[in-house]
Amino acid sequence: MFEFNAQTIAFLVLTLFVLGGALGVVTTRNLVHATLYMVLSLFGVAGFFVLLSAPFLAAVQVLVYIGAISILIIFGVMLTRSMTHLRHVHNAQWVASGVVTSLLFVLLMVGIILPVWGVNGAQTPTEVADVVADTAVMGQLLVSPNGYVLPFEVASLLLTAAMIGAIVIARDDE
Amino acid sequence: MVPLWAYLLVAAALFCLGMYGVLSRRNAVAVLMGIELMLNAVNINLVAFWRYLEAQTMNGQAFVAFIFVVAAAEAAVGLAIVISIYRNRRSVVIEDVDIMKW
Repeated sequence: MFEFNAQTIAFLVLTLFVLGGALGVVTTRNLVHATLYMVLSLFGVAGFFVLLSAPFLAAVQVLVYIGAISILIIFGVMLTRSMTHLRHVHNAQWVASGVVTSLLFVLLMVGIILPVWGVNGAQTPTEVADVVADTAVMGQLLVSPNGYVLPFEVASLLLTAAMIGAIVIARDDE
Repeated sequence: MVPLWAYLLVAAALFCLGMYGVLSRRNAVAVLMGIELMLNAVNINLVAFWRYLEAQTMNGQAFVAFIFVVAAAEAAVGLAIVISIYRNRRSVVIEDVDIMKW
């Protein structure tokens, strides 16, 4: 179970950031505020990466998500200015959506805590390896023929295609 | 260390909140934000499983890096489509652009 130390306190605070921010994203009427709540949530996720000893991913999370994607979404909000304050935030099926997502959460919770579908999160050992592979290993893995060089190239192609596609779609024709 | 199931539980809650946003919001930009939250929940899960079960290799973090790439591409193209729709129909409300609905 939980032991009372700095890591647990950090985990609880970051959980508050992540879930509170997510709640703000799905309920706030003003979309600029919703985007700021999303930044809070993404920042909490970056904190989780630090707690899980993945500092490189935490840095990438701050750069890519908070630095790029959030700014992109703020631009999207500002370019669709008249839609920022809709009178009705949620559509007609919001009750059904709430019921479905609550049921999904209960199902996931059962799967995580009870051993219904075999060994799961609650049965894994709590003592974990102290020695963790560092970022240099990841760099080699991403470009080694036995690792992920092909997905790496496909990812760069995907980014190029997405960039060109975004320019073509969003451009004014005349 | 915090047990693995705590991370999985937070990720499950984040995923469900993002899914609620995707299913219930009317503004298309807010739907995109919900998708970002769901992708982040997946990232938490991948990194937590990597740390607790596979910390000697780097496979889990490589997967997360690819999800970053896909999320960036998805946000760029998604917002371009939203802006294009707004330019043509002066609206980004999902119900106003359901002409492809069967």
